[in-house]
Amino acid sequence: MMEHTLISKPDFDTQTLEVSLGPQHPSTHGVFRMNVVLDGETIVKLKPVMGYLHRNHEKLAENMSYLGSMPYTDRLDYICSMTNNFAYALAVEKLAGIEVPERAQYIRIIMAELTRLVNHTLLIGFLLNDLGAFFTPVLYAFREREKILDLFEEVAGSRMMCNYFRFGGVKADLTPDFLPRVKELIQNYPRFLDEFEALLSENEILMARTQKVGVLPKELAVSASITGPMLRASGVPYDIRKVDHYSLYDRFKFRVPIGEHGDVYDRYYIRVLEMRESIKILDQAVKEIPSGDVISKVGAGFAKAPRNFKPKAGEAYGRIEAPKGELGFFVVSDGTNKPYRYHVRAPSFINLTILEDMCLGHKVPDAIIILGSIDIVLGEVDR
Amino acid sequence: MTHAPNVSQVDPALKSELAKKGIAVMKLQELYNWGRRSSIWPMQFGLACCAIEMIATACARYDIDRFGAGLFRASPRQSDLMIVAGTVTKKMAPQVVRLYNQMPEPKYVITMGACSISGGPFKEGYNVLKGIDRYIPVDVHLPGCPPRPEALLHGLMKLQAKIDHQDIEKTEWYQKGLKREFPIPEFGPNGLLPPYNPEVWQPQKRKEITVPA
Repeated sequence: MMEHTLISKPDFDTQTLEVSLGPQHPSTHGVFRMNVVLDGETIVKLKPVMGYLHRNHEKLAENMSYLGSMPYTDRLDYICSMTNNFAYALAVEKLAGIEVPERAQYIRIIMAELTRLVNHTLLIGFLLNDLGAFFTPVLYAFREREKILDLFEEVAGSRMMCNYFRFGGVKADLTPDFLPRVKELIQNYPRFLDEFEALLSENEILMARTQKVGVLPKELAVSASITGPMLRASGVPYDIRKVDHYSLYDRFKFRVPIGEHGDVYDRYYIRVLEMRESIKILDQAVKEIPSGDVISKVGAGFAKAPRNFKPKAGEAYGRIEAPKGELGFFVVSDGTNKPYRYHVRAPSFINLTILEDMCLGHKVPDAIIILGSIDIVLGEVDR
Repeated sequence: MTHAPNVSQVDPALKSELAKKGIAVMKLQELYNWGRRSSIWPMQFGLACCAIEMIATACARYDIDRFGAGLFRASPRQSDLMIVAGTVTKKMAPQVVRLYNQMPEPKYVITMGACSISGGPFKEGYNVLKGIDRYIPVDVHLPGCPPRPEALLHGLMKLQAKIDHQDIEKTEWYQKGLKREFPIPEFGPNGLLPPYNPEVWQPQKRKEITVPA
């Protein structure tokens, strides 16, 4: 009897240990906390704690004019302000039935793809930071980011918080210098990616640390409504640019990279491939951009007098393929100049829900890189 | 805020004469402050959007390392400077105060961005603290949403000027009986309790309006 218990149990004390990672932790992406229960070093339970950056975005938006929330959308996912603007503008344009001139559509696509470059470059930098390559890849990533931010600053007047989109177009036309500089960027960016990839993609440490870690099966990804590069890394060909044909994306030729294993390495590599596709889109957009107005007349009128903008009662959901996944804005109008309800479908938040499923059975350092590969921004998670 | 400059009592002519021969003459205090201001270690502590600009400042183009403040430490026990970069919510404020308490003396705080100064664009919200200076003393306020990296560098230079002007004989962290534990607020039924630390911050007194009879 006594011998039996000794066989089934190890002969040393195996208490589980509960560790709180965050909210101040060098590798949590912002103020995010994970309560991890460890057995030895293996994770047996993981509970995310959110809300450290809850800035009541939705409630504030319900108390101001429709255009008034545009600068607040910048601060949702603060790395990609342009795509946030894009999704919100789409939702309100759908609600009010505002047409967008063709040139403005092209400008929007150029901005969205530039933003995707910024986001994915930074993500890879931070992911390598989490892996222990402390700050060197980030230096490369930020070097490239600055070049794109210079372009944003030229057209929008601000580096990070662009607030560039308006309902029915964009705030201002491109400067004469802009398109040549984008062309130059299109020339140079693949070279940077080659350099980055030469250092990383076949790096033995990176491969050993990321392959077969944090595998997300296809079925779980679909049933948990994961979107964006996370979903595609698991092998599901779902890209809202292809599915929804919003804006003018059906005019562009690009491919949607699909992963095979759904592990952290696939999630890393798919972002590199997506950047290469973004460059293709940029190349086509810069060549084909027509001349004309950048904002429709109706839109320009409302941009001048935002409080007169009263869409008729109804509701609309506008969504785009943001760098992190499906970013959607749900706006309900009751006919006044303030939205009755305003909701953000934040991709970071929804992609974060399966964190525990991916981390179980792994070690603590793996949990850190799994979190890094999800690509969360706390401004969007907590709103 | 102005500080009394530390004036050297050595004759400037003699000083330059000695400098030509490779001898530097200065007060111990000047050397001490020069050393302190040239190696400010900030805490690697980002809250929101401004944190990205803080990282950008640390990276290649702006390179905060030129000012000796490039070594971001992950632990408050090893850092001299806390850059409160981003919105401080009511849930996060106790953590910020706790981290500040854990830093060793002498310690400095830069509030980066409108949110940490006053709540910024989110001031009207129910969950955003209207300025971290209600709980901890702040040395440099840095406005902007977010401030550009150049602005952060400027803020750092202002802090260096402040350090230069500190007198080691009079500084409070060398005095006896120094007690700098700032009370950590707790979440009460209507927001944080206490709403502010009266030693650090007090609401502006309203002017009494006299109504003529």
